[in-house]
Amino acid sequence: MREIKANQITESVKKIVLDANFYLPDDVVKAIKEAREKEKSPSGKDVFNMILENMEISKTEKLPLCQDTGFAVFFVQLGQEVHVINGDFNEAINEGVRQAYEEGYLRKSIVDDPVIERVNTKDNTPAVIHTEIVPGEDIIINFAPKGGGSENMSTVKMMKAADGIEGVKNFVVDFVKEAGGNPCPPTTIGVGIGGTFDKVAELAKKAALRPIGSRNPDKKFADVELELMERLNKSGIGPMGLGGRITVLDVHIETYPCHIATMPVAINTQCHCSRRKHVKI
Amino acid sequence: MSKTVKLHTPLTDEDLEQLNIGDKVLLTGTVYTARDAAHQRLIDLLEENEELPIEINGQVIYYVGPAPAPPGKPIGSAGPTTSYRMDPFTPLLQDKGLKATVGKGPRGKKVIESIKKNKAVYLAAVGGVAALIAKSIKKAEIVAYSDLGAEAIRKLEVKDFPCIVANDTKGNDLYKEGQSKYKI
Repeated sequence: MREIKANQITESVKKIVLDANFYLPDDVVKAIKEAREKEKSPSGKDVFNMILENMEISKTEKLPLCQDTGFAVFFVQLGQEVHVINGDFNEAINEGVRQAYEEGYLRKSIVDDPVIERVNTKDNTPAVIHTEIVPGEDIIINFAPKGGGSENMSTVKMMKAADGIEGVKNFVVDFVKEAGGNPCPPTTIGVGIGGTFDKVAELAKKAALRPIGSRNPDKKFADVELELMERLNKSGIGPMGLGGRITVLDVHIETYPCHIATMPVAINTQCHCSRRKHVKI
Repeated sequence: MSKTVKLHTPLTDEDLEQLNIGDKVLLTGTVYTARDAAHQRLIDLLEENEELPIEINGQVIYYVGPAPAPPGKPIGSAGPTTSYRMDPFTPLLQDKGLKATVGKGPRGKKVIESIKKNKAVYLAAVGGVAALIAKSIKKAEIVAYSDLGAEAIRKLEVKDFPCIVANDTKGNDLYKEGQSKYKI
């Protein structure tokens, strides 16, 4: 049994929350640079140039990449040999969020009571924390500040097995076309297939947050990812919806077994400013 | 071919009639910020025939909820939010003389009709380049609804704020035309 102090979790969370909001992952930078070369539309090229310039300004001026510094979403793999001491595990994560959003001058975007009063919690908590217990004695914390504009472009549909993979593909293509320029394209499209109503939404989010360029290990689904990417990049939507050849940076599919009577499908959209960071404690 | 035009606020009909979709605009002068909650309050006032807390005639509204200003800076990161959420409010404000709105993503049919009728424009700012846009904002002060925090109405002084004409005074729509041009 390995003991990890709650304040160690808080410190690590604070650091990755700050880093994620100021520095984009290498796979995203590479994908944006490659997309700029492929883009044919002048407005689209302008958008890519501004995205690249923004990355530099964010670093040097210490201003967050996007003013929407998001809902703090965590996927945690908690080793079953770990014993968290001197505090509450979830509160340790929320405290890291609280400190980072305050000290980093990040926007606090969370309202308590989602519908009637909508009063800001003023510290961007609570976070959404998905915890999975795994073998081992490490804690791996994956963080993404998830923006509201792209999150709004998400959906779940309880499809029929008879709809088949063609039905799933058409559902994705139609949905992304309908979302158009709203979710800050070029986006990464996360598709969840299988599980239950709740599980499939989590799969879609995991898929949206996978590194750009990564493929589903099952070739059947890897091929569908590539086919969807090609179809979506023919849509003409382009960077920020102003018209162009690059509408998505990638499409990711995550699957889970499902009930004989069901076939849930979910789509979660991630904007071009795909901020994420992980830490192993 | 698209052109780059420098515009100073307040905006006149002549300023705007020269613009075509796809043109780049560098905006200098006063710009007001407002998003969902502030728009609701402005419309409530208009419906009760009360005076608005800001001048609307010839002005520009930018849909943004900025990040807090770090020490020594006038404002934090300040990229656009999605515009369609303001669609129900925009025609009423344009009837009162609002000349330009700045945000991201396409506008609905009623807004585009109102833009044409009122000789206004809709300018697209690039989402997710919020640090770059913040550099063009030289001053920011809250002028109404400070209780709304990031959503309060701010008066910004901007210099060469970069945007692209998405809906011009003729009723053209870059989202529609740009997308059909690059569709395969």
